[in-house]
Amino acid sequence: MPVRDDQDSLKRTPLYDLHVSLGGKMVPFAGYDMPVQYPAGVLKEHLQTRASAGLFDVSHMGQIALRPKSGRIEDAARALERLVPQDIVAIAPGRQRYAQFTNADGGILDDLMVANFGDHLFLVVNAACKDADEAHLRANLSGDCVIDSLADRALIALQGPKAESVLAKLCAEAPSMKFMDAGPHKVAGLDCFVSRSGYTGEDGFEISVPATHAEHLARTLLENPDVMPIGLGARDSLRLEAGLCLYGHDIDTGTTPVEAALEWSVQKSRRTAGARAGGFPGAEKILAHFDHGASRRRVGLLAQGRAPVREGALLFADATAREPIGKVTSGGFGPSLNAPVAMGYVPASLSALDTKLFAEVRGQRLPLTVAATPFVKNTYKR
Amino acid sequence: MTTTLYTSDHEWLAIDGDVATVGITDYAQSQLGDVVFVELPKVGRTLKKAEAAAVVESVKAASDVYAPISGEVLETNEALAAEPALVNSDAQGAAWFFKIKMADKSELGGLMDEAAYKAHTA
Repeated sequence: MPVRDDQDSLKRTPLYDLHVSLGGKMVPFAGYDMPVQYPAGVLKEHLQTRASAGLFDVSHMGQIALRPKSGRIEDAARALERLVPQDIVAIAPGRQRYAQFTNADGGILDDLMVANFGDHLFLVVNAACKDADEAHLRANLSGDCVIDSLADRALIALQGPKAESVLAKLCAEAPSMKFMDAGPHKVAGLDCFVSRSGYTGEDGFEISVPATHAEHLARTLLENPDVMPIGLGARDSLRLEAGLCLYGHDIDTGTTPVEAALEWSVQKSRRTAGARAGGFPGAEKILAHFDHGASRRRVGLLAQGRAPVREGALLFADATAREPIGKVTSGGFGPSLNAPVAMGYVPASLSALDTKLFAEVRGQRLPLTVAATPFVKNTYKR
Repeated sequence: MTTTLYTSDHEWLAIDGDVATVGITDYAQSQLGDVVFVELPKVGRTLKKAEAAAVVESVKAASDVYAPISGEVLETNEALAAEPALVNSDAQGAAWFFKIKMADKSELGGLMDEAAYKAHTA
């Protein structure tokens, strides 16, 4: 009987050969064969990123250009506002903003970055959602925008306190960029899109580069002794310490932006009584959550012991209660904190900081405390 | 005089009379990556061969360690609580997990010697 080999159906990013040559341990992720770690290992890669600089291949993510048919960027922004609860019109040229595609139930279809590149909007979406996102955009915005999938571009993240000095050698404008600045820049002479942002809680950059030049750029960055390649394992522990949501785990179609504690990402102009209130999928439910509160909330959780509390662990109000009150959606060990870190959903009444809870791990109730996120202070250059 | 034997699940046992000292192999630690937490069985617990006896956690994931043999736990390695990374630095020495008083030494029959284990992981 023929056995389907999943390895064969996995896609490769333009940096696949580089990962293999660097000794990357390749695993399937969102349909791609991706490095989970390099020989240094998750712990060292994590600490390297916090202490110096790490290079991440995030080319599996979707890059999409929204070009207004009218030629006016505001028309593209207004069109996109029909799909997200964010103020897109207010994103100034050269700036970027975090957003979510919502559904009619107020749930989250995907989270994304939206940048204003002057004559068009540039979107970065999650790998696992990118085909659905593109179809969603085509179905809803084709009247106003040309939707251009930029599949011929790779995406490289350079993160950590030395990211600026490393990139400055290849891109003179890099040091003058502030957190969430984004735009076209030459990097090592290549036509790139550079944003000062990332998914680690550290200062850093994401660099969109033509696929044919991606390996050259990555190797050039890695020649700097301050830079090491970092796999998906450390990417996950870094974002978890930074309190950042992972789509499909901490947020999904069953969570609203308010339940997910992402109120900060929804500007006043789109909320009740705002200049352009509502007008996005699920507005009724999401605005009701803003106005009256949601019954549950995503919170940070710190364990008192050393045992990691992982995704799926049930949460209880006390050591003996039979009915769980919530669930851990992301959890593991935070190498910089040198302690377990987790996040999960709990009833609003149990979401206050310092609330004591218990997680069930291998039949034992482990004490946890609701804690502020980020767990590790972020170092964005504002 | 001790003899060291290995299981196909990547545990080692150092046999000294009726007592076996148990840990995970260097190959196992290299596959797990950086160990951040080890949960050990309680002293006095009676283990049945192949039941989950301990848990070893890396940054990414938790893995069960199965009892390679039946018997009573005599002692556990307290040093692992304070320094789980010992499992990475000295898996087959200082990072032993527990000592067990073997209930049935005939269970040792299915285990591998060093040469056979090397071939198993090659």
